[in-house]
Amino acid sequence: MSNRATNLLVPIISVILGLLVGAVIMLVSGYDPLKGYAALWNGIFGDLYTIGETIRQITPYLLAGLAVAFAFRSGLFNIGVEGQLIVGWFAAAYVGVAVELPKIIHLPLAILAAAAAGALWGFVPGLLKAKFRVHEVIVTIMMNYVALHVTNALIRTVSDGGDRTGNIYASASLRSEFLQNLTEFSRLHFGIIIALVMVGVMWIILEKTTLGFELKAVGFNQNASQYAGMNVNKNIILAMVISGAFAGLGGAMEALGTFEYVSSKGGFTGIGFDGIAVALLGMNTPLGVIFGATLFGSLKYGALNMPNAAGIPIEIVEIVIAVIIFFVASGYIIRLLLLRASAKKKEAK
Amino acid sequence: MEYVIEMLNIRKEFGTFVANDNITLQLKKGEIHALLGENGAGKSTLMNVLFGLYQPEGGEIRVRGKKVDISNPNIANDLGIGMVHQHFMLVENFSVTENIILGTEPTKYGVTNKKDAAKKVQALSEQYGLNVDPNAIIQDISVGMQQRVEILKTLYRGAEILIFDEPTASLTPQEIVELIQIMKRLIAEGKSIILITHKLKEIMDVSDRVTVIRKGQGIGTVITAETNPNDLASLMVGRQVEFTTVKGESFPGEEILDIKDLVVLDYRGIEKVKHLNLNVRKGEIVGIAGIDGNGQSELIEAITGLRKVKSGTISINGKNITNMKPRKVTESGVGHIPQDRHKHGLVLDFPIGHNISLQTYYSKPISKSGIIDYNKINEKALQIIKDFDVRTQGPSELARSLSGGNQQKAIIGREVDRDPDLLIAALPTRGLDVGAIEFIHSRLIEQRDKGKAVLLISFELDEVMNVSDRIAVIHDGEIVDIVTPETTTEQELGLLMAGHTDQKKTQDLTKKGEDQHVE
Repeated sequence: MSNRATNLLVPIISVILGLLVGAVIMLVSGYDPLKGYAALWNGIFGDLYTIGETIRQITPYLLAGLAVAFAFRSGLFNIGVEGQLIVGWFAAAYVGVAVELPKIIHLPLAILAAAAAGALWGFVPGLLKAKFRVHEVIVTIMMNYVALHVTNALIRTVSDGGDRTGNIYASASLRSEFLQNLTEFSRLHFGIIIALVMVGVMWIILEKTTLGFELKAVGFNQNASQYAGMNVNKNIILAMVISGAFAGLGGAMEALGTFEYVSSKGGFTGIGFDGIAVALLGMNTPLGVIFGATLFGSLKYGALNMPNAAGIPIEIVEIVIAVIIFFVASGYIIRLLLLRASAKKKEAK
Repeated sequence: MEYVIEMLNIRKEFGTFVANDNITLQLKKGEIHALLGENGAGKSTLMNVLFGLYQPEGGEIRVRGKKVDISNPNIANDLGIGMVHQHFMLVENFSVTENIILGTEPTKYGVTNKKDAAKKVQALSEQYGLNVDPNAIIQDISVGMQQRVEILKTLYRGAEILIFDEPTASLTPQEIVELIQIMKRLIAEGKSIILITHKLKEIMDVSDRVTVIRKGQGIGTVITAETNPNDLASLMVGRQVEFTTVKGESFPGEEILDIKDLVVLDYRGIEKVKHLNLNVRKGEIVGIAGIDGNGQSELIEAITGLRKVKSGTISINGKNITNMKPRKVTESGVGHIPQDRHKHGLVLDFPIGHNISLQTYYSKPISKSGIIDYNKINEKALQIIKDFDVRTQGPSELARSLSGGNQQKAIIGREVDRDPDLLIAALPTRGLDVGAIEFIHSRLIEQRDKGKAVLLISFELDEVMNVSDRIAVIHDGEIVDIVTPETTTEQELGLLMAGHTDQKKTQDLTKKGEDQHVE
């Protein structure tokens, strides 16, 4: 079997297997898998509204996935995307409500604030790693909690003890009447454009710039990079800062697009953690992240329709979605099975 | 004479590439049979076929006269074939015994019985004179000792036929001597050995017969006693090989590298370079001879900016470069072929083309305002690949998949191409075969003849004697003497390297005799 055919076949078989096992789970739990999957399909592609909402859901996953993938490519494991996203969310919302400016200034300012906040949250673990060799996984996990509780406290402060800020000024919003009209008044916003541009930005940084060359070299082999005159510490910090900025932008999508405010949270959003899976599904490449984020975003959003339309309890739905993602992630096993099968065929000849 | 192993007309293909073409190897009982070939000639492939890791496309294998089908390593084990790998397969923080029983743990009442196993390991160790402590932890023992654990592992599993894959690659000269004794002991106890190597000296020292393969082809088998290193080398490479490097007289000019009173500490804060003075002039090769660990690594790291200097100065062309960043040092006209090409020389997961630009990717013409022109990287790579005869499928092949010799050629190409005034070559031929060694030596001499200064660091006396114009002997962080190859002998160098300076030499010579001879 040619390489290309295998590459195409593996994801298809993975998804089909995931759907089959998911169907079995629904069957043994006493629910109709056909109805369930029909509901899932309609939840993703049912009408223009759901399509708009699905794309909206994909947007933050794209940026969270980019953040994780970018750090990965530089040899760093950024578990802190969740926290970086939360501070980005807050920063964007704060700039959105605190001042009123012309849109051409206000919107970019709010977006930049989110990127800067995320970058700062990435800078701290980067600095600690570079200067003191503290493992970034530990620091980023802890920074997640700091982000969660600090933003909650700040939200209470700026809203005079309330648990959410007011809505942002329209001049800072990413929403557009055009997109809403197009999608039967879904919350689809222009953030998807920003996210896709960032996919391009990551690709350019990694594949075209000397910075990307250095980041990748440091990611693979710090000793050789140092020998070749690269500043390893600078690159570690920079990788975390850029990764954090992507994550912060993910937060801006929620602040300026989806919700148009920020409320205090009882727990994590989960988007940052799902970003790890998005990046890994996409093999840490920019284009792969698009695939991973689309899969994650669609399934997550489409699944919301399953309890309503097919009467399947949300717990079962989550298991089914997890199973599908699990099978996609185990593409390696399927690749192996395919290779075995084709080897057997060859022998039989 | 009985053959314990017969590999007849073995053919192994990888896609369209034929790694082994019609190779025959017959191992007699109780002999040491060397398998000789250049890097990438197909030695490891052949042994992996014997060990059941690869299935051959043609030919047959017989063990003790019986045709066998070795489809996995367990079958090889059951047939009494054991392999001592070049890169040891040991769990660092397990004890010797634990490593040896790994996978076949003996149990008593369902609990691992380490005590009996340790006794058995001890007994085996004594029987073969291996002197291994069964309870030592792997990370605490020397590389040579770790290799003996690998040998014990095969013996413990009942191996009658031992395959040694490049066993001396990472050993010190003393450990090599000991290994040779162990191999002879194994033979005396009735084992048979296949020795994979490209070191002619070892073959002449220990083997009974030699099978030569070249570019995947079986060339033939010769009796060691009836051949000599020259013939073996030409069989292996396919042409006449020069052993003593041809070089003309040197015409040294002004000083390029000047080191004054240099003190460098190692990572533990211990002084490894102690008030060292050294200079290298234009148009000469200065070889640093010394036993590993006498401050060579710290010296090079200090010159190249990878390690901080405690005191003293290093100048290039009269310009002080002490404690400058590696890139500044490089840009001051220093080229560096690092000691460990996998750790420092290459980013193994980068394409070889990227690696060739590893020192220049940021500067014109490859980069302009932070944007890399990958076409330029490709062009440069193709030029170096051609000029330095790097055998690769192309610039986009990962550095990892090139053979050691070709990786080294790429590094040398990269460094020489930048036209540095000073070229530092640290163990530039380690692990390479004679063909590649010859190539690299001639390139170093070519640099000298172009009027560059070359600093060569080597643990191999042959290399230092053949290539250098002056030899600086380092011992315990100091240059103890500077001699010329014409007026010294390996014996004298060996003594100097061991720290015996002139006054004591005569008396020590009589006392210690050849014990002091260092390879």
